Amino acid sequence: MAEGIRDKVAIIGMGCTKFGELWDKSADDLMVDAFKECIEDAGLDKKDLNAAWFGVHFEEQSVGKGATSLALALKLPFLPVTRTENFCATATEAFRGACYGVASGAYDIALALGVEKLKDTGYGGLPGGPGLMGTKSALIMPKLTAPGAFAMMATRYFSVYGLSPEDGKRMLAKVSAKSHYNGARNPKAHLRREVTEEQILKAPVIAWPLGLFDCCGVSDGAAAAIVTRADLAKKFRPDPIHVKALQVAVSSGEELMYTKWDGAHVESGYRAGMLAYEEAGIKNPREEISMAEVHDCFSITEAVTMEDLQFSPRGKVKDDIEAGRFDLDGPQPIQPDGGLKCFGHPIGASGLRMLYEMYKQLQGKADLPERQIKNPRLGLTHNMGGFPAMNIVSVAIVGL
Amino acid sequence: MVGITSYGAYIPRYRMNHNTLFTAVGFLLTFPPPGENAIANQDEDTLTMAVAAGVDCLASKKREMVDGIYLASTSQPYAVRQNSVLIATALDLPCGIRSADFTGSTRSGTTALLAAFDAVKGEMCGSVLVCASDCRLSKPGSPQEYLYGDGAASLLVGNEDVIATFEGAYSVSYDFPDRWKASSEKFEHAWEDRFIRDSGYSQFVLEAISGLLKRYNLDIKDFARIAYPGLYAREHGAIAKRLGADPAQLQDTLLSTIGDTGAASPLMMLVAALEGAKPNDMILVAGFGNGSDAMFLRVTDRISDLSERRAVKKHLAAKKDLASYEKYLAFRNLAPFDLGMRGEISIRTPMSALFRERKVVLSLCGSKCQRCGTPQYPYQRICVNPDCGAVDQMEDYRFSDKKGVIFTYTGDYLAASMDPPSLYGLIDFDGGGRFWFDFTDCDMDSVKVGMPVEMTFRRRYVDEPTGVHGYSWKATPIGE
Repeated sequence: MAEGIRDKVAIIGMGCTKFGELWDKSADDLMVDAFKECIEDAGLDKKDLNAAWFGVHFEEQSVGKGATSLALALKLPFLPVTRTENFCATATEAFRGACYGVASGAYDIALALGVEKLKDTGYGGLPGGPGLMGTKSALIMPKLTAPGAFAMMATRYFSVYGLSPEDGKRMLAKVSAKSHYNGARNPKAHLRREVTEEQILKAPVIAWPLGLFDCCGVSDGAAAAIVTRADLAKKFRPDPIHVKALQVAVSSGEELMYTKWDGAHVESGYRAGMLAYEEAGIKNPREEISMAEVHDCFSITEAVTMEDLQFSPRGKVKDDIEAGRFDLDGPQPIQPDGGLKCFGHPIGASGLRMLYEMYKQLQGKADLPERQIKNPRLGLTHNMGGFPAMNIVSVAIVGL
Repeated sequence: MVGITSYGAYIPRYRMNHNTLFTAVGFLLTFPPPGENAIANQDEDTLTMAVAAGVDCLASKKREMVDGIYLASTSQPYAVRQNSVLIATALDLPCGIRSADFTGSTRSGTTALLAAFDAVKGEMCGSVLVCASDCRLSKPGSPQEYLYGDGAASLLVGNEDVIATFEGAYSVSYDFPDRWKASSEKFEHAWEDRFIRDSGYSQFVLEAISGLLKRYNLDIKDFARIAYPGLYAREHGAIAKRLGADPAQLQDTLLSTIGDTGAASPLMMLVAALEGAKPNDMILVAGFGNGSDAMFLRVTDRISDLSERRAVKKHLAAKKDLASYEKYLAFRNLAPFDLGMRGEISIRTPMSALFRERKVVLSLCGSKCQRCGTPQYPYQRICVNPDCGAVDQMEDYRFSDKKGVIFTYTGDYLAASMDPPSLYGLIDFDGGGRFWFDFTDCDMDSVKVGMPVEMTFRRRYVDEPTGVHGYSWKATPIGE
């Protein structure tokens, strides 16, 4: 393996807006809000920035193409700005670009900012349309939605591991109930209400077997990070957070078109996790990763991700969920901020929002003491974009 | 020796009882005629039913030998863009093929069949597939709504392995204005029913059959089966009586079980007659519409060699009651139902891409790796098997005639649909290959992982602003 990014880059500032149905905020407003917090946190002026990476996914819903909208909103002084888009890993890709920019020595200080304004479509769920997977796919793909695409993984998981729909749905209800508990305590979350397993199980079905509370919210938001080379980091703050691994894995088509994939896990998730652990020098992720923000677009996604990232053995995540392993006060808290479940999923912002929580937790600066995880060492973020059968997964690991 | 070499049919799964119609919009009648109509599903139309009948007809036949395709219909979706060649593409028939649409009259079914006999007899074609299909719109509450049913029949015409030889025909043509529809109109107009019955139906069918008997010096008693449409039950019997036929010779009109399937009706009755035929049986068939075509065939001993088809008998048995008239209105887009903002997203079909990908989209063809043997859909240039990865070593591979099993599925209430939930999932094909497809003709409760499925050609969307009817293949449980 190549040398990798481990300990070459540090985060010295981060910002994150409140997420939600922000009818009175434009994408420009969100970018300014995230950036203000971020640059104040870093203690810098924008003339200190050398370059920027800008993540947005449904650009046609909000900011348009290219990178100009970030530069225009923040009045960046003719900086090199790169626009990234890679499904739900869009923000993490912006972060990756900024990290590689400073790690290469090309720049000293770089900004990564992700934004998404979803609530201008006029309907719930993500924007639809036949163009998402290209011209040919639009002619032959089923008319699927995101809940349906992930529901098929739940169907498969239940079938492969012999769970009755009742047992399977109860396992997933525990996943969502845990995230709602966490989100209720987070001032920046969109959905801030605890829900019981019974409420979750009684909710209307969106795409069988997934019900309303198995689905994450749909919201607007933005988040940002400023990174520098590790050897410069202490000049800016005493507690920089170091990048340990940044990996992406993209489907080759064998899950959808070849018949070996079992449909009950995300192959790219497993592969990206393996690469990240190697890059970060992690031997036992179940023990070494203190906490994680994973891509819980749907409850089933979080459940299989626990197995893909080897936090739980294959087919055994139910035991860990029932034992409370992933609760806020458990041995390996997952979605301490409430996750996509309670933040919603403004695609271009989510990856950086996850890093924001890891960054604050590692610094011991969770906004409320009751949310602070005790002595975390390593935090992991995970995004999965596309569909279980055809996707992209990014994994980032950060630590002190 | 020219004649019919194979037959097939398609009747949609849904039936609507006349009482359901009557309860909903029975204001024009005092009581409903007994029976039920076959109702095309929301994703079916004339073309999809014609393809389904063609699939049934071509089972165990060599598709590469077909060099002619005729479609007969009065309800073809396209006025410009030949409908028959779209069917040929869906059936993955060769390009070296003669294609034609026969339309304008319900008689077009028998006329297309006669044209096929002529083409083979004149040695211009060796094997012509005739599909007759109708899915006619009728105004809510109109008498046509009780009369019209949806369905398709298909006959393969050739000169080898003939199961029924074509013996002769006689036609009469009249500019009989019983029904008409300008090409811009959605619904047919009809003149007074008694006029259609007494001046048209009762006269022309009798005249064509009598002319046939006279031309070939035949006796009506020579025929094992006599098949002609039964628009009016009493007159249907009266015509037979005037011909001197025994009621036992009459082929069931299917009027109370499927309805009048228009251009498909006489061919549907012919298929049903062939299903029960014995060698040397003589079959008389007549179509009606702006006159009448009459023809007769003689069944050969090769009929027992033809493998069993679904045809009329099995399709009649497989049915599901559509108890909601409102659902029927939604299926036919006859009321402005709300699909939500999500359902209003415009679909612009890139026609150049559709033509380039026609084998993938319309023929459901993928590729098979010549190195490792892996079938894959859609066509790939680089083998998807990670242990192979061969480059440009593919051959064409047709999935439309392969069966498979459901690998996984969902029922989606968020997706815009006239018949929620949208069912779809991943299919593993027997022999290899996996892809995701919409499901149709099945219900949430009956779908299971591992359930066997087959593929069916369906309408995917109608894009109103551009007039494009989009089609693709869906999965459907076998034997539902």
